[in-house]
Amino acid sequence: MDNLLQIKNGEKVSRADIPQLPFADFRQALLDIADQDGYIVQFFAYQAEQANRLLAVLRQGKTLYAAGCEVGDSYPSLTAANEKFHMFEREIAEQHGIRPENHPWLKMVRYHQNYQGKADVFANDYRQEIPGNYPYFQVAGEDIHEVAVGPVHAGIIEPGHFRFQCIGETVLHLEIQLGYQHRGVETMLPTVPRKRLPVICESIAGDTAIGHNLTSCQALEALGDLTVDQGAQVVRAIALELERIANHVGDLGALSGDVAFNPPAAYFGRLRGEFLNLLQVLCGNRFGKGLIRAGGVAFRMGEEQRRLILDKINETRPELEHVCDLLFSAHTVLARFDATGTVPRERARELGLVGYAGRASGLGYDARVTFPTGCYPDLPPNQNEMTNGDVNSRATVRREEIMHSLDLIETLVRRQGETEPVFLKDYQLAPSSFVVTINEGWRGEISHCLLTDDQGRLERYKVKDPSFHNWTGLAMSLRDEEISDFPLCNKSFNLSYCGFDL
Amino acid sequence: MLKIIKNRMEQGCKTTRYPKEPISLYKRYRGLPEINRNCDPALIKRCAEACPQDAIDPVAIRIDLGRCTFCGQCEMQSEGKFITFTQNFEMATASREDLITDGTLPDLARHSKKHFKKLFGRSLQLRQVSAAGCNACEADTNVLNTPFFDLSRFGIDFVASPRHADGIHVTGPVSKNMRAALLTTFEAVPAPKVVIASGSCPISGGPFYGSDEVSGDLNSIIPVDLFIPGCPPHPLTTLHALLSYFK
Repeated sequence: MDNLLQIKNGEKVSRADIPQLPFADFRQALLDIADQDGYIVQFFAYQAEQANRLLAVLRQGKTLYAAGCEVGDSYPSLTAANEKFHMFEREIAEQHGIRPENHPWLKMVRYHQNYQGKADVFANDYRQEIPGNYPYFQVAGEDIHEVAVGPVHAGIIEPGHFRFQCIGETVLHLEIQLGYQHRGVETMLPTVPRKRLPVICESIAGDTAIGHNLTSCQALEALGDLTVDQGAQVVRAIALELERIANHVGDLGALSGDVAFNPPAAYFGRLRGEFLNLLQVLCGNRFGKGLIRAGGVAFRMGEEQRRLILDKINETRPELEHVCDLLFSAHTVLARFDATGTVPRERARELGLVGYAGRASGLGYDARVTFPTGCYPDLPPNQNEMTNGDVNSRATVRREEIMHSLDLIETLVRRQGETEPVFLKDYQLAPSSFVVTINEGWRGEISHCLLTDDQGRLERYKVKDPSFHNWTGLAMSLRDEEISDFPLCNKSFNLSYCGFDL
Repeated sequence: MLKIIKNRMEQGCKTTRYPKEPISLYKRYRGLPEINRNCDPALIKRCAEACPQDAIDPVAIRIDLGRCTFCGQCEMQSEGKFITFTQNFEMATASREDLITDGTLPDLARHSKKHFKKLFGRSLQLRQVSAAGCNACEADTNVLNTPFFDLSRFGIDFVASPRHADGIHVTGPVSKNMRAALLTTFEAVPAPKVVIASGSCPISGGPFYGSDEVSGDLNSIIPVDLFIPGCPPHPLTTLHALLSYFK
């Protein structure tokens, strides 16, 4: 690991300082970290001086490492040696036409032409409809049947395609094929006028508008040498926690709906709205769109807003406690939640799950604790108790995090500190620089990575939603489960389609 | 059982009386804009140039609500001298052109197609299609099924099968990869059928306008009957649109 550069979350680094290793050393260094309880934060390709380059950011404990290397049009896959690289290498193959040799599961990720117009790794003709040449994993045998669902699902929900290989009611394998939501976010971000960046980042995944835009603004602030005042930091943290509560509450409601226990579904559904309305109190939008801008926040949090937030927390806290108790003490609910969709700790570790999905399987990583920014260094962490990796654990982590986030908001709202609203800050990005930013969004680790060229223009903008890690976890949770438990497993993960598809 | 009753009593009845009684949204919510046509043209030009969505036409002094994401930047930049956003959430229109506005909108109820009111006034079943939506529009549509809005009491429901639907409600800028699935869903709905574009994405591309991977104009793919602006539209904007257009 001596040949890697240690970096910090949200710290500007000169591109010249990123060690460019020979490929063999690069591969070995990455595998060494990944094998020793290290995880991949970013692993992507970009073009520089007419050559393909790979860049990796890994985390191990509280340390972040970065390294780069040059590759040709193919290289020996890392996934063959460690599963954590699986989706990242597929993405590199799709975006840049670089083939990872001996990748055990080399399929398209989002179904689009590669950026350089090179020969397609998947031999797809993109005038054909999605999914092109996509070899679904199939199980053969007399009693085997296949269930195909989507892209359009039965509900108000984003599109994706699911293939279940079943024997009777039991699922042997679930394959999740996405790409329907691909909007070209990563190709847009470096090319559009800078005024559009926050608006696009707030729509990478609308349910994570705060998480993604915060991660983006922190990166721009690092490269643009902008400082954020304490008052704005407080508003940002409150918004991130409100987003977490709203989504967790909504998902607990959906989980109770999926086990046909309607009272909590109705109550949680209504309570979720109360927290979206608090984001509207902060910035006029129920998803927090328009709140965070590079350099701070666009709206003040005055006494009136503080009081509205505190009053609403006082009002909803007992209601939330009571509805949670109603849900989690019903034996008919527990019979469905308990030991359903289990991802054992070892499996979660191999896949590199993040967020509540990881924590429910005993991987304690929480970016608010490990790589804290803004107000988080001096806020108390959450401790989750149940780590069986099943639906019950994933639901219980949500319950605990709702209560923890309510406490955090109460603490933060009482912190004084005025902020000067920002909305059109002028700034120049440092040339030939690199920054990676990490935040614990409500689903888990969000990371953005920016590279600037020698003129200070954005050259590469890499986005990673936590769903990029966790979709494989959902697929694994279905192994040997009843197909009727799919909705429950799915809602307990509640992953983002558009955050993955970009 | 006792716990259910106890919770039921604590929760009480939370359903809004809207539209029988007016409802007011918090003052920071940004709805229909008011435009000061006598504003200094230089300031209008600066607002138009800084608008992330290029939604402001500084010559005609109009704002395109189909492009606008209601971020509020023009209001802050002009300190309310050019644009102020009101809390009026009733913003849907029956034509794309009407969304390009000087601050006034036609009465939706009077512009709806009369046969739709006759056909669907008492029962409207919609199939929602997310065509690369960011899940904000989807989420704030889903919310209409919660007890506060309780959409079903108006005879309006979102259904699973397009065969059971009277129309489609589309969110998202229509990515290349969702185009075929969207058309297949639309074709599966029996005629006569309605098409609703929800949010700035299907109307103008929204935040993703200009991307090669999206169409950004649902109306050019299938004719749209009802346009609901917003990023995302407030649930009340959608509720008002459905009730005015179909009831």
